[in-house]
Amino acid sequence: MKVAYWPGCVSRGFTPELHGSMAKVAPLLDIELVELDRACCTGAGVIAEHNQELADTLNARTFALAQQVEGAELMMNICSTCQGAQSECQERLDANTEYRDHVNETLAAEGLNYKKGIANKHFLWLMVEEIGLDVVASKVTRPLTDLRIGPFYGCYIVRPTDRLGIDREHPRDTYLQQLIEALGGTVVDYAGQYKCCGFPIITMNKQASLMQAGRHLGDALDADADCLVTPCPLCHLNLDLQQPLAEKVVGRPLGMPVLHLPQLVGLAFGVEPKELGLTRHVVRPTSVIDWSTSVVAAVAAG
Amino acid sequence: MPDYTLRLRRYSPETGAAPYWEDFEVDLDGHRSVLDGILQAKDRTDASIGIRCSCRAAICGSCGVRVNGKPVLACHIHLDRAAEKAVGGIIMVEPMGNMPVIKDLIVDMDAVHWKKMQRVTPWLLPAGEEPEREYIVAPESMIDVTQTMACIQCGACVSDCLSMEVDPLFIGPAALAKAYRFVGDPRDGQQFERLRDLAEDPHGIYDCTHCFNCIEACPKGVAPMSQIMRLRRIAGADHEIDDRNNGHRHEQAFVDNIERNGLLHEADLLPDSYGGKFHPRAVPELVGSLPVILKALRTGKVTPRKALLHGHKASEDVKRIFKHVHDKEERLELNLYVAGEEQDPGESSAQADAAGSHLPEERSPNT
Repeated sequence: MKVAYWPGCVSRGFTPELHGSMAKVAPLLDIELVELDRACCTGAGVIAEHNQELADTLNARTFALAQQVEGAELMMNICSTCQGAQSECQERLDANTEYRDHVNETLAAEGLNYKKGIANKHFLWLMVEEIGLDVVASKVTRPLTDLRIGPFYGCYIVRPTDRLGIDREHPRDTYLQQLIEALGGTVVDYAGQYKCCGFPIITMNKQASLMQAGRHLGDALDADADCLVTPCPLCHLNLDLQQPLAEKVVGRPLGMPVLHLPQLVGLAFGVEPKELGLTRHVVRPTSVIDWSTSVVAAVAAG
Repeated sequence: MPDYTLRLRRYSPETGAAPYWEDFEVDLDGHRSVLDGILQAKDRTDASIGIRCSCRAAICGSCGVRVNGKPVLACHIHLDRAAEKAVGGIIMVEPMGNMPVIKDLIVDMDAVHWKKMQRVTPWLLPAGEEPEREYIVAPESMIDVTQTMACIQCGACVSDCLSMEVDPLFIGPAALAKAYRFVGDPRDGQQFERLRDLAEDPHGIYDCTHCFNCIEACPKGVAPMSQIMRLRRIAGADHEIDDRNNGHRHEQAFVDNIERNGLLHEADLLPDSYGGKFHPRAVPELVGSLPVILKALRTGKVTPRKALLHGHKASEDVKRIFKHVHDKEERLELNLYVAGEEQDPGESSAQADAAGSHLPEERSPNT
């Protein structure tokens, strides 16, 4: 399927391995990515905090650009924070014609117009709702057998439930668990999976921010997780990049590898850890790499 | 009549025993509330079960608890829906979080919730001389604060505040929503003082981690986090309060960063949030981050080129939007709680004009 693809900023900035691994995985799932290279940052909630109309106009512009991509069935993103920030703006834009017209007036200067009702889905939702987990499972060449994986959703992709379309028909707050199982892995249930990584207050209250990250990582460790998987690159910054500092705040060694969503999928599809950028993480995902080599060794021996 | 199993968290501090779970069978119709179930167990099985309640109609805000891990009013959730979401069909009922337990499901609201409420001076501080009779305001100028006035003080948002979980001193969602009730009141004469106080407090408006838990928890649609963002907006944009917590500076640095680059340039954001690379405030922060930066460079996650330069620049179109919106005299805000959503898609909105008369229905009790 062809999608208008919004990679976000951090996936091309401080977590380049996310954008890279998505590019590796997309063809394996027959997803054609048409990158929205003219679009700008969603504002990550901060621009909306500063000025709602500004955030809504910038995101309406991105939606309008996505609607111009010929043959694209929908718009896809790979960042929970983008999903949440865009959904918030879309909620306002779609709720009120007068407001939408007002925003579109600003966009008219460059010949753009946002038409109500764009379908904008995170890669996680797209796999479950558009591709189907049975299809995803059929592409698995290296099942994640015996790999204990803790889902880390973060905030923006699960709350508020009504804005994010989470209901009985779309239990999007269970998709990570469903996906891990479809890839053959073991789901680890632990306290922090729906909590905040702390990233938004890292410059305002570093102690509290790192304590959040450290606690969740510690909870996952106590639940015997081999690694975590997150659909959000900002969570990845606090959980991986800042993990050495989080260890100091909570006063215990953690060493918990954190994977981006496409990296986990790629691993099960047989892509090499290095190609997925796993070696670029601050916390070396030794347990995951060891697991992948032991699986290969087992196959060879068998 | 169907049977339901309630698993209650029991605790009596004076006994010295640890908290424990106890199961109670209740026979009630599925459309009866979890509170009805607890009261039946209390009536028929164990009169010592501690639960605080009064109106049983989601108005008084007394019976806040956690059902299956989520904060709710016990009277506002049906037994059948609760059982549906429960692991193994057993409905788990616990006291609210972030507050000490007095007994079983009763928490000490005085120690946390009410104390924080006092912290924000929750009464009007009008300016000028007292009028002869009451203060008169135009009704439409009060619509803006109706959302925060819907609060019933149940403490559900306090229970699940993730910032408070790691920083118990955080003023918190309920009290900050109350603060907005007065900051947004046209009669109040101390807007600047209130905001400066809340911005400068290390546990004030900039301590909120933006996790949406309070929005999700509130049974009345108060959306405390959105009120906190409005406090930040007014403190920063209207009063230009440069707080000691780098809150406003961070927001400004982020907005400028996107206006300049289109895509976020992380390497600039951190120092700029502290006032710039060479600012005395930034130096210790950057030195503290050095080990992390070096590690990121070593793994190849960040390249020196990426850290210093940013290939992407904002397009003229993006810059034009920033300028266009910033040049407006008034900020435009669409609050869907007040404006409501259009009933008929495609038709132009009349709701926005008739604001206040189209309040959305309260959140469904079971979602």
